Amino acid sequence: MSRTEEKILLSHGNGGLKMHELITGLFIKHFGNKILKQQSDSAILPVDSNEIAFTTDSFVIDPLFFPGGNIGKLAVCGTVNDLSVSGAEPLFISVSFIIEEGFPMKDLETIVKSLANEAKKAGVLIVTGDTKVVNKGKCDKLFINTAGIGRIDKAKRIAGKFRSIKPGDLVLINGPIGEHGMAVMNARESFNFKTPVESDCACLNDLIMEVLDHTTSVKFMRDPTRGGVATVLNELTATKKFGISLDEAALPVGKGVRAMCEILGFDPLYVANEGKVIIIAAEKESGRILDIMRTNELGKQSAIIGRIVSEHPGKVVLRTETGSNRIIDSLTGDPLPRIC
Amino acid sequence: MKYIDEYRKKDLILGLSEEIKKISKKEISLMEVCGGHTMAIHRFGLDSLLPPNVHLLSGPGCPVCVSGQHFIDTAIAYSQLTGSIITTYGDLIRVPGSASSLEKEKAGGRDIRIVYSVLESLEIAVKNPGKNVIFLGIGFETTAPLTAAAIEEALKRNIRNFSVLSSHKVMPPVMKALVKDGVKINGFIAPGHVSAITGTGIYAELPGSFGLGVVISGFEPVDMMQSILMLVAQFEAGKPRVEIQYQRVVKEEGNQVAQKLLNKLFELKDDRWRGLGLIPLSGLKIRPGFSAFDAESLFPLEVPVAPEPKGCICGMILRGLKTPLECGLFGKKCTPTDPVGACMVSGEGTCATYYKYRS
Repeated sequence: MSRTEEKILLSHGNGGLKMHELITGLFIKHFGNKILKQQSDSAILPVDSNEIAFTTDSFVIDPLFFPGGNIGKLAVCGTVNDLSVSGAEPLFISVSFIIEEGFPMKDLETIVKSLANEAKKAGVLIVTGDTKVVNKGKCDKLFINTAGIGRIDKAKRIAGKFRSIKPGDLVLINGPIGEHGMAVMNARESFNFKTPVESDCACLNDLIMEVLDHTTSVKFMRDPTRGGVATVLNELTATKKFGISLDEAALPVGKGVRAMCEILGFDPLYVANEGKVIIIAAEKESGRILDIMRTNELGKQSAIIGRIVSEHPGKVVLRTETGSNRIIDSLTGDPLPRIC
Repeated sequence: MKYIDEYRKKDLILGLSEEIKKISKKEISLMEVCGGHTMAIHRFGLDSLLPPNVHLLSGPGCPVCVSGQHFIDTAIAYSQLTGSIITTYGDLIRVPGSASSLEKEKAGGRDIRIVYSVLESLEIAVKNPGKNVIFLGIGFETTAPLTAAAIEEALKRNIRNFSVLSSHKVMPPVMKALVKDGVKINGFIAPGHVSAITGTGIYAELPGSFGLGVVISGFEPVDMMQSILMLVAQFEAGKPRVEIQYQRVVKEEGNQVAQKLLNKLFELKDDRWRGLGLIPLSGLKIRPGFSAFDAESLFPLEVPVAPEPKGCICGMILRGLKTPLECGLFGKKCTPTDPVGACMVSGEGTCATYYKYRS
């Protein structure tokens, strides 16, 4: 654990280095078992001769409503995506509410309808839940906790495949980055940007299944939420014998996100996404995977953004448009709390 | 994107790089004063485009980095006053004071809020009539006019529970102090946005008295490379002078409206700079006529001056005398997650920049 911390700081929850320290130094230290130690988006559980994926997530986003979604839609998408990137077909989710006394019933109904609607679209059933109401001031409006269960088809299993990642493999993403983080930031009361940035919040199970239906060469999948693309790729390369070279010119960044990032001093690589998946696959199959992704509504702007390299092992390096190299490090500060 | 894409064109940048290589014969050290310039150099990898005889040194222009430990201790003391809400720009909350930081105080229950503009503090004050909202005023001539404007606005709207703890600083005294301290540089890449407010007059002494060239630069890669080229050309010709590269923003006379506002609300005071110590008339204090908005007048507190952390060479780094790599704490005891000195705290700090872009 960090040498000076006696209290939990906001940066312990931002998806960056401090959170990593907390997870490994406290949670894994005390809970440690073979399944947890895999630290993937879902736990892969053996049941008889089959496997199921099991995940949980909590949502504390502020504001509850933002361009492109609300906390309800986000809760379904976040849970479904955590299952999907593990190669599982999402089936069942639970939804628990922690509600502050005095919360408007109308808002709760809107959120519940979004949950139901998104679950229906994604083909998952909300099968259990819990409700707690706390005194005014004891939680901020509404928090949601979910769990999700998915079925793993052995042919589509990707757990552990990251071990076969080797130089030459390519890094793909299904569209422009940073939209969720910037949309939420824009929606906060202190900002009045007129830039139309909408959250990319979406369930990716169809897109991912379409890819896995057609190829077995996907070696790694992860949804780059908190901490963004930079954090996912840094977690992957840390302590590995390979590095990742990203191509700035190929990186899809929408106009609105780019403008907001320039003004506020953010790097879109560190900004959260809620409808994006990073895929690493063998080079020879990548073109085909890209084509499949692009046929899906949520993957029209899919792109190959980088390559696994033997140079700079353990590091993610961005080849800038000017031809220079820039190290893309793990996130340390807390640029934007409570975005999911 | 307009005003950005045209200043990031690869062929222009590489063309300027070639030109610098062609005309630069002598060893030359240039100091970029502004933290924004330090970031741009690393973000776009500009140092790799320069010949080995052109050296860049990072100066004291990151407002967070130069805010003294004593200022943080004072801000923490104000956060502990009953009924106070501290508002601050984000980077400052992680800066270590002598025993704590605003981030840790916040976790301990103090009401400390991050704002992106000082004007947000006014709204917080309006919404919390029973509380005293104290804004931590940091930054140079660039941000100080905004603080001044907020005080004027508070006066106009009769918002009486808003005040400022000012650690605003001005650029010229520190630039002169650095030169007098014997920092071996041949020219300044001068801050673009400070100069947009002040104009070029503040640098007038540097070429004549110290033989130093000054080029006021923009923040895009083409701006920076062009500024370096201009400084190299001045140096090779032996003719140091003040020039404006950032002509689309900076005028010789500066922004006179902002200057007037600044003078109306603030007066100069001796001020502490982290690592550099006390520099005469280098800080901005709220004038007595506006003391109703001066946190120090409203709530006088005695905060002792604690010694700087052991082993930290922020002072030498801010002077450009040493690089972070020469610090025993760098990357070991002092990292972005656990910073010791302020140069590691801010994204624009020299140590944080070195840490992030180290290869």
